Amino acid sequence: MGDILNIVIKRLGLGLLTLLVISVIIFGAVELLPGDIAEAVLGQGATKENVAAMREQLGLDRSAPVRYFEWLGGAVTGDFGNSLVSQKPVSEAIGERFSNTLFLAVYAAFIAVPIAIFLGILVALYRNTVFDRVANILTLTSISAPEFFLAYVLILFFSVKWGMFPAIAKIDADMTLLDKLERTFLPALTMVLVVVAHMMRMTRASIINLLASPYVEMARLKGVPAWKVIVKHTLPNAWAPIINVVALNLAYLITGVVLVEVVFVYPGIGQMLVDSVTKRDFPVVQACCLIFAATFILLNLAADIGAILTNPRLRHPK
Amino acid sequence: MTKEKKHEVLLDIQNLHIEGYSDEHWVEIVHGVDLKLHRGEVMGLIGESGAGKSTIGLAAMGFTRDGTRISEGSVDFDGMELTTTPKADLRSLRGARIAYVAQSAAASFNPAHRLIDQHTEAPVQYRIKKRLESQEDAMELYNRLRLPHPHEIGFRYPHQVSGGQLQRAMTAMAMSCRPDLIIFDEPTTALDVTTQIEVLSAIRDIVDEFNTAAIYITHDLAVVAQMADVIKVLLKGNEVEQADTRTMLENPKEEYTKSLWAVRDFKSAQKKRPANTLPLYSVENIDAAYGTVKVLEDVSFDIFAGMTVAVVGESGSGKSTTARCITGLLPPTSGHILFKGEEMPPRFQDRTKDQLRQAQMIYQMADTALNPKVKIKEIIGRPAQFYGGLRGAELKTRVDELLDLIELDPANYYNRYPTELSGGQKQRIGIARALAAEPTFIICDEITSALDQLVAEGILRLLDKLQDELDLAYMFITHDLATVRSIADEVVVMQNGKVIEQGPKDVMFTPPHHEYTDLLLSSVPEMDPDWLTTLLEERGVDDN
Repeated sequence: MGDILNIVIKRLGLGLLTLLVISVIIFGAVELLPGDIAEAVLGQGATKENVAAMREQLGLDRSAPVRYFEWLGGAVTGDFGNSLVSQKPVSEAIGERFSNTLFLAVYAAFIAVPIAIFLGILVALYRNTVFDRVANILTLTSISAPEFFLAYVLILFFSVKWGMFPAIAKIDADMTLLDKLERTFLPALTMVLVVVAHMMRMTRASIINLLASPYVEMARLKGVPAWKVIVKHTLPNAWAPIINVVALNLAYLITGVVLVEVVFVYPGIGQMLVDSVTKRDFPVVQACCLIFAATFILLNLAADIGAILTNPRLRHPK
Repeated sequence: MTKEKKHEVLLDIQNLHIEGYSDEHWVEIVHGVDLKLHRGEVMGLIGESGAGKSTIGLAAMGFTRDGTRISEGSVDFDGMELTTTPKADLRSLRGARIAYVAQSAAASFNPAHRLIDQHTEAPVQYRIKKRLESQEDAMELYNRLRLPHPHEIGFRYPHQVSGGQLQRAMTAMAMSCRPDLIIFDEPTTALDVTTQIEVLSAIRDIVDEFNTAAIYITHDLAVVAQMADVIKVLLKGNEVEQADTRTMLENPKEEYTKSLWAVRDFKSAQKKRPANTLPLYSVENIDAAYGTVKVLEDVSFDIFAGMTVAVVGESGSGKSTTARCITGLLPPTSGHILFKGEEMPPRFQDRTKDQLRQAQMIYQMADTALNPKVKIKEIIGRPAQFYGGLRGAELKTRVDELLDLIELDPANYYNRYPTELSGGQKQRIGIARALAAEPTFIICDEITSALDQLVAEGILRLLDKLQDELDLAYMFITHDLATVRSIADEVVVMQNGKVIEQGPKDVMFTPPHHEYTDLLLSSVPEMDPDWLTTLLEERGVDDN
């Protein structure tokens, strides 16, 4: 087990390093945008003196590296500065939004991941049959349609025609979990439809990839039934690529849901990011980007570790 | 060998035709083979690759691999016609009444499960035994098969157990339901000679003890001579002849069988070291390690121009690592590599192009050593271009020349891909690629062990001819002593990273030997059907 701990610590270190590099890029990118916060806040009518005064007040007259380290120092302790629009601390505004996004992502993942893997196993079992083709066509169609289109189709049927679920997914902290789940069912379903195909096809491919291996033939020659060949003899060796794709899709569920949030008027972080960009609220933009980056890195790290753990050679060294 | 036979037919295959799907056509690969096996009888199926041995063996279980089908004929197993039996009934025969032992146990055990869980799978599934009973039975079988720590070894994962042990564990697994018939598909081909003996005797004992019938598939005649009561020779999906083992060995009728028997006759004349010359390559006291694991210790030997040095030893003895040190792929931790008396930089990155050119390699698996996406002309042309700086028409002439050297028609092979070639042809391309650099020294790493004996002999003859024409030195890494006998001038015996003994071939093959050399030499199966029995008696192994 010492080996695994070693690997995990190394990966964790690498993840932190990546995050550091990304923070530089984020800061640099915002720095490169034409105009600065002072100009943005004061608008076009501002005099040079006003802008200069504002810069001094915000500390913008100091050099970029100094400001970067100050920002980074704050970010590490959870202080992303104040929003330029609301003047409130960024972390406060983001905190609630981010937990909403996480809620939706987890909700969608809980539906999507089991369905995708189960379907993947089924289509591998019934590969090259009508069932396989239909499942592939349906999931590919749902991944190919734009999310907002899927969202509107779902709204049309589930809320307008059949009235089963609300079309607007506004939630607040006072609601019960059940209420929340009902309110956010349609956005979650939309996201499920978007991510299932990718995970299902990877499950199918990595299982089928192993079906030609000698130990699978051996299992068949021992008289093991077809479903058991797949579940017991193939799947345990097929996890690594599946876990990676699942992690990638989970990251997408958190960082790629702007359109879904907009359609369902869901108070998530994606919508907040878009708003802040249009309002030039740079501290919020920077904070959102950093959180997204951290999400990606963390999930990929988790996937790496998961893939390592499924390898019996590492779990049971000689 | 002399066991009582109940003369009850267990398996009766008649007029078996099997087709394989390739290039969108069904092509017949087995053309009407008959096979009759009695209870408790062991039949050896021998032939080169492509003879249809495995295909027929699997058909005896009513099993065909994806892309093959039984097109005609009948397979009667104990009164059941397997070609028409419904799938579910067929499945319940497998593992229970007919079992299979595959060539590579390392690949055929599922890496994700413990050995014993794979062992108990079939008996538990068929409700023949409860899990615990079956586990106890597994330990009992492990014990009979002389596996170390029979009570614990089953709880290990496949990667924690050695190849020879895995092969015995797989035989135990095949026995788990006490089947009537076991198909052994080249079960010792991937093993060292010393390990092979243990597995062979274990298999023979247990088959005898439970009076199990077996089909023993192999391309190694000497092995089949130890195992089988009757031998059937196959060639390209046809039966050549069948007879009981002794008759077959003493008096083969067909030309093809005789040619198989004669393969090991090739011998190149043994050369002596030239006087007053420096060796081409000298390996001087090298140590090497992978990470912190020491794999070579104080290895020294010389290789003279135009001569062949065979390096022999079991897997893990450091043969290939020595080769990696010579080529600079693995810099030794101490010691020197000399070329014509001059020291070479240990890392290949630090060697000049001319130094690199001198030593080339040919690999065991021609399949993986040739890039499948690249045409022959590029595979051979690339080193000619890199080392010789040839371009355009010059390059083409050189590639043609090289193809001529390896006895492949340039017009026919110039534009083809490796996947279109047979195993022996691929290995020839590997040789041409090595020659393209105009080396003085070629390292051949087990280059014939994946080939059929007839094909392997062709390769050996070719190498011998090239050595005479181009004054090449070879380092021949092998665990096959028959190959050593036919091609070596000098022999280096390695064990656990050390050189145990070395010298000219005639001296090395004449007693007295070092103890380990003796073990290696005596472990090479001979064509005498009593060889294994006699040997085990001599070694005092309890052959119960």
